[in-house]
Amino acid sequence: MAVQTDLIKDPHILTGKLHWGVIPYTDPVVLPVMIASVLGGLALFALITYKGWWGYLWKEWITSVDHKKIGIMYVIVSLVMLFRGFSDAVLMRTNQALSVADEFGGGYLPPEHYDQIFTAHGVIMIFFVATPLMVGIMNVVMPLQIGARDVAFPVLNSLSFWLFFVGAMLVNISLFIGEFAATGWLAYTPLSGIDYSPGVGVDYWIWALQISGIGTTLTALNFVATILKMRAPGMNLMKMPVFTWTTFIANLIALVIFPILTVAIGMLTLDRYFDFNFFTNDNGGNQMMWVNLIWAWGHPEVYFLILPAFGMITEVVATFSRKRLFGYVSLVWATAVIGILSFLVWLHHFFTMGSGASVNAFFGIMTMIIGIPTGVKLYNWIFTMYKGRVELTASMWWVIAMLITFTIGGMTGVMLAIPANDFMLHNSMFVPAHFHNVIIGGAVYGYFAGMTYWFPKATGFKLNETLGKASCAFWFFGYFFAWIPMYFTGFDGMTRRLQYVDNTEWITNMNISLFGVALIAIGIGLNLLCIAWSIYKRNDPEYRDETGDPWDAPTLEWYTSSPPQFYNFGHIPHVDDLEPLRQMKKDGVAYQRPEKYERIHMPKNSWMGPVIGLLTLPMGFGLVWHIWWMVGVSFLAIIAAWFRFSFERDKDYYVEVEEVEKIEGEFLAANQGRSFTNGFDH
Amino acid sequence: MTTTSNAVDHHDDHHHEHEAHMADIGNFGFWLYILSDCLLFATLFATFAVMSQSFAGAITPGELIDINLLAVQTAALLLSSFTFGVAMLAAHKKNMFQLWLWMVITGLLGFAFLAMEIYEFNHFAHEGATPQVSGYWSSFFALVGTHGLHVTAGLIWMVVLFFHFRRDGFSSSNMQRLSYLSLFWHFLDIIWICVFSFVYLRGLM
Repeated sequence: MAVQTDLIKDPHILTGKLHWGVIPYTDPVVLPVMIASVLGGLALFALITYKGWWGYLWKEWITSVDHKKIGIMYVIVSLVMLFRGFSDAVLMRTNQALSVADEFGGGYLPPEHYDQIFTAHGVIMIFFVATPLMVGIMNVVMPLQIGARDVAFPVLNSLSFWLFFVGAMLVNISLFIGEFAATGWLAYTPLSGIDYSPGVGVDYWIWALQISGIGTTLTALNFVATILKMRAPGMNLMKMPVFTWTTFIANLIALVIFPILTVAIGMLTLDRYFDFNFFTNDNGGNQMMWVNLIWAWGHPEVYFLILPAFGMITEVVATFSRKRLFGYVSLVWATAVIGILSFLVWLHHFFTMGSGASVNAFFGIMTMIIGIPTGVKLYNWIFTMYKGRVELTASMWWVIAMLITFTIGGMTGVMLAIPANDFMLHNSMFVPAHFHNVIIGGAVYGYFAGMTYWFPKATGFKLNETLGKASCAFWFFGYFFAWIPMYFTGFDGMTRRLQYVDNTEWITNMNISLFGVALIAIGIGLNLLCIAWSIYKRNDPEYRDETGDPWDAPTLEWYTSSPPQFYNFGHIPHVDDLEPLRQMKKDGVAYQRPEKYERIHMPKNSWMGPVIGLLTLPMGFGLVWHIWWMVGVSFLAIIAAWFRFSFERDKDYYVEVEEVEKIEGEFLAANQGRSFTNGFDH
Repeated sequence: MTTTSNAVDHHDDHHHEHEAHMADIGNFGFWLYILSDCLLFATLFATFAVMSQSFAGAITPGELIDINLLAVQTAALLLSSFTFGVAMLAAHKKNMFQLWLWMVITGLLGFAFLAMEIYEFNHFAHEGATPQVSGYWSSFFALVGTHGLHVTAGLIWMVVLFFHFRRDGFSSSNMQRLSYLSLFWHFLDIIWICVFSFVYLRGLM
C-alpha cells in the first residue's frame, strides 16, 4: 500500500504505469496479508478444481439468474468485505491508541498508509458491506414478499451482482498492486485531483465506485419495476408489506441519485485523465461543486441504506410481537416522507462552506424535520410490542439493540443539524461518532435482525439462537465502548482522521475505545461462528425448517418452502389482507392444495451477467494503470458480448404441471396438521 | 379441456398473456432507464449552469458559435425524429422496405448531426476553446459530448436492429426493440432542445 505510483510519467505501451516497485512487498503490514490471500486463493482454486466443482458453480451459482441465489452471493461477498473493512478499523484504533501512549506521537502506520486505511475503511463499509448486505437481503426477500416468481429483469440482476463484485475486487487488488486513495471516502477535491494525488489510488477509487455504482443503478431500476409490476393479484400498494415499501422507496432514491454519482465521478475522471477543469484550483474550476454533487448523491444514499433496515425491523417486530403491526399507514407515509426529505438536507454536510445564514438555516431545519417521520417509526415499533406477546428471539435482540442505539445516534444528529453547533463540531471526532452511531446502530443492526429472521427462508435452516444473542450483546456493548468516548474527544476538539494523537489527556478515551473494538471483534467472531455452527447442524430437527414458516409469520414469503423452489410459489395466492398469510391461517386455508396448478414460465440461466460483469475487471484495471490496449480489448469484448446476447433466442422455459405437483405435494405434506396461534386475537 | 388440441390452445393463450405482461414490464423498465438518464443530463446541466461564467480569461462562446451551422444541425436532428416516426408507422404496417427506407434516412440525419458536431468541436479547439482552458469549456464539452455519445450509441443500435429484423422480421420482440430505440431517439431530441436553448442560444446572448 505504501508505494509510490506517481513515478512513471510516460506509461509503457504494454504495461502502462505498472512496474515491480508498485507491489508493496516491503510493507510489514501488507506483506503477510498478501501472502495469505494469494496462498488462500490458490488453495481455494485447487480445491474447487480437484473436487470438480467448477461445473456446479458455473451452472448453479455463477450464471444463475435466480434472485435468491444472487441474494446469497451478495451476502457472502459482503461478509468477506466486512472482514477487510473491520481489519482497517482495528488498524486505525490500535494506531491511535499506540500513538497517544507514546509521548513523541508514534504509532506504527506511516501517514500515507494510514490515510489509505481510513479511506478504504469508509469505502468498503458503505459500498461493499452495507450496500450488498442490504441488496442481498432485498434480493432474497422482496420478490417472495410480493408473490413474484423472480425480479422484473433476472439477467440484469445477475449483471448487477457481477458489476458490484468487480468493484469490490478492484478495491482488494489495490491493496496488493499499487495503492488506494488517501483522500477520505468521498475523495474531496482538489485533494483528489491529479495535482495533489498523482498516484493511482484515486483511480482505483474512481473505477471501483463507477463500476459498482452502475450495478446499483441497474438494481434500483430492476426492483422498482418488480415492485410496481409484479405483485400478486389483490396486493395493491397499501397491502404491500412494510419491507417491500421501504425497498421500493430506497430503490426509487437510488435510481434518481446514482446518475449524479456517475456524472460526478465521470467529471473527476476527465479532470484527472484529460486535464479538464471541473474541480481544479485554477482555470475556473470549482471545488465546492464536487462537495455539493457528491453530497447531493451521498445524503439520499444514507437513506437508501437505512430505509430497508427500517423495513426489516418492522417485519421482525410484527412477527415476534404476535400481533398486528401498529400504524401501518403511518409507517408507509413516514417512509415516503423520509424519501422526499432525504433530497433536501445534503448541505448540512458542509455548513462551514459559507452559504450564508438563510441557506444554512433552511438545511438545518430540514434536517431536524427528518427526525419527525423517523420518530414516528420508532413509536410504531414500540407500540407494536406494547401488549404483544413479545418473543425475545435473536432477531428481536437485534431490534432492541437498534431501538436504543439508533435513538441516541438520531439525537446527536439533531445536535449536528444546528448550524451554530456544527461550526464547532465540523470535522471533529463527534461526526464519526454520530454516523457510526446511526449506521452501526441503525442500518447494520437492522440488517442483522433481517438476516437472522430470513436466514431459514434462504437456506432451509435456522441460525443458532444463543450464539446470535451473544453476538448481539458483544456488538451492542462493544459499540458503546468504542464510540461514546469519541463524542467526548470530539467535543474536546479532536479532529477526524488523525494518524497520530498527541494529546495525552485522551489516553483513557483511546483505550476505552480500543476495548470496545475488541468486544466488536468478538461479536463478529460469534456471528461467523453462529453461521458456521448452524451450517454444521443444518440437518438437526431443531435447526431444519421443514414447513417453510419457522416463525409462524404473517407475510407471503413464508407461504412457500425453505429454501423456496426455483419458481418460488407453486400457486400464487390472491392477497386480501395486509398480512395475507396470517389471514389465511386464521381462515384455515393456508398451505392447502389449490384446485389446479398451471405450468410456470421461468427464465433460463445466462452467461451474460458474469461474462460482461467480469470483463469490466480488466477494463477497470487497465484504466487505473493506463494500459490502453487492455481497456480497448475488454471494452470491445463487452460490446460484442452484449450484441451476442441480444441475439440469443433460448432465454426461457416452462415448468410443467406434473413437476410442480410433485414438488408442491412434498412441501404441503410437511405442513399437514400444523396449528397456528399467531396473534389471532388481535 | 378434453382434447389435446384444447390443451395446446390453452397453453398458447397463457403464453400470449405472459408475453404481453413481459412486454409491459419491459416498457416500464425502459421508461425507468430514461428517467435515470434524465437525471444524468440534469446533473450535467446543473454543472454547466454553475460553470456558465467560469471563462478564466479564455475565449467565450459568443465569439465562436456559428448560428447557421447550429440551425442546420438542429434541423437535422429534429427531422430525424420525424422520420423515425414515419418508420414506426411503416413498422406497424409491417412494410419492411418502407421501414428501412425511413430508418436509413433517420440514420443519415443522425450521422450528419454528429459530423457537424465533430466539425464544430474541432473548429472550437482550433480557435483555442479546448476543454482544458476553462471550467466553462470543460462543462460545455462534457454536456454536449455526452449527448453526442448518446446519439452515437443510437446509431450503433440502429445497425444492430437491422440484423435483428433481417433475422426475425416483425416479431414481437423486434417491435419492442424498435419502440425502445424510438423512445431513446425522441428523448435525445428533447435533450438537444435543452442544449440548444440553454447552451447555444444563451452562449450567443
